[in-house]
Amino acid sequence: MTSSNQAFNVLVIGGGPAGMAAAARAAESGAQVGIVNDNLALGGQIWRGGEHDEHVAEAIPWRERLQRAGVSMLCGMRVFHQPQAGVLLAEGNEEVSELRYQRLILATGARERFLPFPGWTLPNVMGAGGLQAMVKSGLLVRGKRVVVAGSGPLLMAVAAYLREQGAEIPLVCEQASWGRLAAFAATLSGFPAKIRQALTLRKKLPEVRFAANSWPVAALGDGKLESVTISRGGRLETVACDYLACGFHLVPNVELPLLLGCAMDGEFVQVDDFQRTTMPGVFCAGEPTGIGGVESALVEGQISGLAACGKEPEARELFGQRRKARRFARLLEKTFRLRPELRSLPQLETLVCRCEDVTYTRLRQHTSWRSAKLHTRCGMGPCQGRVCGPAVQFLLNWKPESVRPPVFPVRVESLAGIAETG
Amino acid sequence: MADEITLTVNGAPISVRPGTTVAAAMVMAGLICRKSTIGEPRGPLCGMGICFECRAVVNGKAHCRSCQILCEPGMDVRTDD
Repeated sequence: MTSSNQAFNVLVIGGGPAGMAAAARAAESGAQVGIVNDNLALGGQIWRGGEHDEHVAEAIPWRERLQRAGVSMLCGMRVFHQPQAGVLLAEGNEEVSELRYQRLILATGARERFLPFPGWTLPNVMGAGGLQAMVKSGLLVRGKRVVVAGSGPLLMAVAAYLREQGAEIPLVCEQASWGRLAAFAATLSGFPAKIRQALTLRKKLPEVRFAANSWPVAALGDGKLESVTISRGGRLETVACDYLACGFHLVPNVELPLLLGCAMDGEFVQVDDFQRTTMPGVFCAGEPTGIGGVESALVEGQISGLAACGKEPEARELFGQRRKARRFARLLEKTFRLRPELRSLPQLETLVCRCEDVTYTRLRQHTSWRSAKLHTRCGMGPCQGRVCGPAVQFLLNWKPESVRPPVFPVRVESLAGIAETG
Repeated sequence: MADEITLTVNGAPISVRPGTTVAAAMVMAGLICRKSTIGEPRGPLCGMGICFECRAVVNGKAHCRSCQILCEPGMDVRTDD
């Protein structure tokens, strides 16, 4: 195992739209900037994949700006510890890097929320964004039947993408009610870019059945998914499929902000007008401050990058744009809020923690995360509660525990490094 | 196709397009990535490196997140059990 040491004026964690915009603005302001990205390529989840994709095309000017401004790109690296203020440790495939910074911008993005239901651990049941990411990573779905389910604007985008890739989509199930969706559609007129997106998606999906008030109640199959039973407006319907792409909107990745001591505002990181967190010199932008999508991420990223370089007047010029983006975020939250019926999705023997194979019935013998963790190891496997944590919070209303290093499972050699650096 | 990459998964050769991750290759081959603590078959869930369900043995190294690793010619991939 090798180790390296690098220092930056501004260090950005996360290579999605928020992180790219933050890094570009900071580097263009003259700062020496590094961007750390867990995935192999920049772009985050939304800009993953080939550049012929119309959504991914949006990423090209940002990539060019990063290159022109000389931003150091550290891809395939995961931050796992802060040994002291101003220093982070990150692990790559072959090495541990010590990254020093004066200003830090956290742009850690979001992940899908998964809810446990019978059969959700069967192979070929994946997240909605999860399956899309897999297809963008080479999985061929031509001629495969894919049921898309869960909640959020991502579902239609995923269905459209999978159709383009030759998949057959027998059904798209959204848990939100028609009433909420209609109210959402009516308010979209205030957001021209969003309207265009919605229209293009509808054009691509004229023949796909879309059902509101619907959600999967069981995935069925012998060793591998074969069909899914859907509750559709109160009636059960079983649909044969090769894949189930199921995610219930998004939850923010706030493990690193929590580790660094940033105060929270509900489930999101608390920031001021300049995207400053409560920790000195630490900024946060994009989904961790509120699920608002790519527009919100880009504007918050830019504000944080400018503010991190002392360019408050330029940052201020973007406040109007951000207000609009945040209105959209609130609208998303209201439209796709989970309905209480989903709390009865898991059956007694349904696994909730996939890492440690903990059933719902075992969890319910406890009254807090702490107790459940100590007695069942729920949330203590490799994902460290990233999958079961948000589910348990929704199902049992347990508040998450404090975050301790390492925030990602690391190799023993990397942990030895923690001991050395203190 | 000439530009395809050939690797072995659980001993059997498979060919994929360049840019394919190990997780995608395993799913296309109809194989599971790992067995859970109680012996259930598991495959990828999140596709973005967070859930650790796609852990596999890559070139002898256990517990690799196969969705974050690109296939390479001659690579040896095995189910993590």
